[in-house]
Amino acid sequence: MNTEFELFPESASTAAPAVDRLTLFMVGLSLLLTLVVAALVIYFAVKYRRNNRVDRTQLPTSIRMELTWMIVSLPILMFIFVWGAKVCFFLVRPPAGTMPITVVPKQWMWKFQHASGRREIDVLHVPVNQPVRLTMISQDVIHSLYVPAFRVKQDVLPGRYTALWFEATEPGEYRLNCAEYCGTNHSRMIGRVIAQSPGDFAEWLAGGGGDEPPEMTGAKLFEQYQCATCHQAGSVQSRGPVLEDIYMTPIALADGGSAIADDAYLRESILRPAAKVVAGYEPIMPPFEGQVDEEAVLHLIAYIKSLDGASESPPSNGGEQP
Amino acid sequence: MNVAEAKRMNVAHHFDDWEQQYESCVLGMWVFIVTEVMFFGGVFAIYMVYRVNYPDAFAQASRQLDETLGTFNTFALLSSSLTMALAVRAAHLGRSRQAGLLIVLTMILGTLFLGVKFYEYHHKYEQGLMPLLGLPLNFNGPAEELGPTRLFYGLYFVMTGIHAVHMILGIAILALFISPALRGRYDGGNFLSVEIVGLYWHFVDLVWIFLFPLLYLVDRSH
Amino acid sequence: MSTVAEPKPISAALPEGQPRNYLNTSYTVKSWLFTVDHKRIAILYLLGVTLFFFLGGAAAVLFRLELMTPQADLVESETYNKLFTLHGIIMIFFFLVPSIPAVLGNFLLPLMIGARDLAFPRLNLLSWYLFMIGGVFTLYVTVAGGVDTGWTFYTPYSSTYSNTYVMATAVGIFITGFSSILTGLNFIVTTHKMRAPGLTWFRLPLFVWAHYATSLIFVLGTPVLAITLLLVALERGLGIGIFDPKLGGDPILFQHLFWFYSHPAVYIMVLPAMGVQSEIIAAFSRNRIFGYRFVAYASLAIAVLGFLVWGHHMFVSGQSLYAGMIFSILSLLIAIPSAIKVFNWTATLHRGSITFQTPMLYALGFIGLFTVGGLTGLFLSAMGIDVHVHDTYFVVAHFHYIMVGSAVMAYLGGIHYWWPKMTGRMYPEGWGRFSAVLVFVGFNLTFFPQFILGYLGMPRRYHVYDDGFQVLNVMSSAGASILGIAYLFPFTYLLWSLKYGKRASANPWNAVGLEWTTPSPPPKHNFAQTPIVTWEAYEYPCSNPDEVPSVDNE
Repeated sequence: MNTEFELFPESASTAAPAVDRLTLFMVGLSLLLTLVVAALVIYFAVKYRRNNRVDRTQLPTSIRMELTWMIVSLPILMFIFVWGAKVCFFLVRPPAGTMPITVVPKQWMWKFQHASGRREIDVLHVPVNQPVRLTMISQDVIHSLYVPAFRVKQDVLPGRYTALWFEATEPGEYRLNCAEYCGTNHSRMIGRVIAQSPGDFAEWLAGGGGDEPPEMTGAKLFEQYQCATCHQAGSVQSRGPVLEDIYMTPIALADGGSAIADDAYLRESILRPAAKVVAGYEPIMPPFEGQVDEEAVLHLIAYIKSLDGASESPPSNGGEQP
Repeated sequence: MNVAEAKRMNVAHHFDDWEQQYESCVLGMWVFIVTEVMFFGGVFAIYMVYRVNYPDAFAQASRQLDETLGTFNTFALLSSSLTMALAVRAAHLGRSRQAGLLIVLTMILGTLFLGVKFYEYHHKYEQGLMPLLGLPLNFNGPAEELGPTRLFYGLYFVMTGIHAVHMILGIAILALFISPALRGRYDGGNFLSVEIVGLYWHFVDLVWIFLFPLLYLVDRSH
Repeated sequence: MSTVAEPKPISAALPEGQPRNYLNTSYTVKSWLFTVDHKRIAILYLLGVTLFFFLGGAAAVLFRLELMTPQADLVESETYNKLFTLHGIIMIFFFLVPSIPAVLGNFLLPLMIGARDLAFPRLNLLSWYLFMIGGVFTLYVTVAGGVDTGWTFYTPYSSTYSNTYVMATAVGIFITGFSSILTGLNFIVTTHKMRAPGLTWFRLPLFVWAHYATSLIFVLGTPVLAITLLLVALERGLGIGIFDPKLGGDPILFQHLFWFYSHPAVYIMVLPAMGVQSEIIAAFSRNRIFGYRFVAYASLAIAVLGFLVWGHHMFVSGQSLYAGMIFSILSLLIAIPSAIKVFNWTATLHRGSITFQTPMLYALGFIGLFTVGGLTGLFLSAMGIDVHVHDTYFVVAHFHYIMVGSAVMAYLGGIHYWWPKMTGRMYPEGWGRFSAVLVFVGFNLTFFPQFILGYLGMPRRYHVYDDGFQVLNVMSSAGASILGIAYLFPFTYLLWSLKYGKRASANPWNAVGLEWTTPSPPPKHNFAQTPIVTWEAYEYPCSNPDEVPSVDNE
């Protein structure tokens, strides 16, 4: 954690060196240009001061000079763009095999839940050298999850999933901030990321105790809301689509379109089912908007996911990309 | 008083001549209209985003609006544009009294529009289709369309409301013209101010020409 | 040219030998509050924006004091949030946006183009009243209990969750917005239709070009902000749900509309500053502006491109990556016209005959600070870096380099440069130079550490922060106190000069430009006769090698 004075932030993720390299290049470029401008200004100011004996014959405006300046700066700017976009792609595109964690912040706390079910508030344990993918949705206003040491940040919106991934490289404790102003205690909506060696992490994860896995909570909710009445595998006259093995598969819709059954689609279909009805079914499901909160929706999705034959981590393109 | 003299008399001190004043004022009004386009553009943009997101809810909600009254109002406004244009022409021809009467006619048509609009608002209120200020929304469609339906009515009241405010301002400004017009102020080529207010009036009508199909005629094929 | 007889109301006896000017034609309060003279309206604006500047500055001093320590000790979080919100709203909507256009632009635009007034003098007065009414709303909010949404009013916090005076604030800004719109409209029409005979577009001072470009943004951008804030107010007041995700509304839509105005608004602040910069650089290096046409077109290019880059405020908001890429490219491209300006100002110094009066010191400082502000803008346009530094102090430092380092420096430079013209008095040169240097030093000490804080990861709008950030925050606060004092100096000595300053001649800087052909202060109707322009812009003697010896023994 930063209790010491420092001039450059610690770097503890795979993204950090990539961002820092670009930053250092930009610092160098800026320093060079600033020095050139400053040197020219000072040199001209001294040389052409009123009382100095110099040649003041005017030179005409040189269109060639102006154009040269523009044409030289263009490729530099494009170089910055390409590099910046490359780094950004790295930041928002998770690799395969990420470890899923869900994040549901509200004013002014961060709630995390691991795939094993272990819950945390304002502290997030992660293993090092393992890409982690956070699926995030806000319970109230817009927040933004920011881990400076990892150089990652993503706004967390109400009503919509956003995602963030990172891979910690150094064990340690890192600051986690809310970066989008969210009201009175915005500056106290902070937490810690604790990066551990895989062994320590597994040990910590196992020590969870009472927290039940999200898919189990989801299964209970599934039962509680009597979802199985319609969504029942094997039932011939099912009134709703079968949910086994649908996660991340394409779905044909009643209006002729199609959709991928990703987190965003499943969430919408729980809260506002009539929005995208699966082909061949009547829009008879009641909406659950206002009845289940965002955490419950995530649990139900986890349950649906768990119905897959071979459960995988979410593919890299799932959900809403930032 | 001949035309040239009348023109000279009506030049403000900081303009060189009448032509400069005329061109400046007309350009100024056009720039103002551009501003207004951007102003309405913001809320039109919001409307378009939600209409694309929730086509069914918008179509359904739109059918609840009274297209007969909407059509009637469209004609009322178009007629008022005609009378306004005739008033400008009368001022151009130096027929001040005629211009005044046409302006009164324009105001009557504008007030008629507002009256019908107010009746529609009242009707929506009675039907329970005015989900503002926490009023309930009388809605029995699929529950997930409740939100978008509220959005539609919210936008309906905001868009027509802002338009109505423009109408009220327009009528108030026109009212300032009646007495001078009847006293012959616009004889002799002094048509500039009438022309300017005419531009504004036509613009406000034009906004309605966009509002009417966007709000009333989303999907009338059913 | 003019055949109009000028009314000559005599309401005050003048001292012997003092010519009648716009200030001494009448002294009554009524003659000020109902004036339609663009010069008097400029002075009214000057009073207004100065009041708001010190109010916004006081808020900044308070929260900079609070930030001396990592804990909350001076104020509660609620108060802190209200302070930075107040600072942002006042400084942006009630100081920076109107400062140069409404004060200097209002005063100078007609003088520079040889007109007797703006095209719509009464509309101009209405602008001032709208500005003040909006200001009264903001003052009411301040006194009544404040607003805590940040100047950005992000939904759904502003529309649903905040319990403060959001509606009154939004209405205040809405009203003030119309003041900007009317000013822009007036400038556009005046520039098009009121130029003196012979004053073609490419003979116009670059100040006029810059204000023309600014006016385009006023007219095209401000109404979008107006409708957006109106909708926030209506959403709070009526409960429409446009930005409420629970009703299917999209809070991100607000950000798009907000930044559609508020990014161009940055150019509203900096374009007029660039105009002032061009005038000062030319006058004190006694040189025509190098690459005049490029500088003029650059203003328009910035105004146009400025409307296409709003999405760079939203790289981490959840907009699509591809939209982000487009906005990134366009944001980088806007560096080209900005760089052209810096390049040409620097080139204007070349073979000039430079003196270092106060306005020139501000102008030279501007070049440096604008360069740093612009280059750090490139960091933010590069998406990979922006993800890390977005909503941190890096952004805060960057936009203060543009808005304070550039816009306020130019505003102060311009006030000093045209002070003799506006008031007929010279300011004390020694104090002027001293303050200019102090502002430069104080500014850099305040804001440079914030770049480092931002990269270290200190988020903006944080009341309490990590201990490790304290050293840099203390530096910044120390700089802020220097800056605060440095701003008080010009305020004091300029007031002093009104009574004790040396009387200014018509053209104390030997500058070219129509405004300097009038007496100081100018008469009520500016020009006894409409001037006929036969010369190019910035025809300083130095521009003509035949006239000026290479050594100037003045």
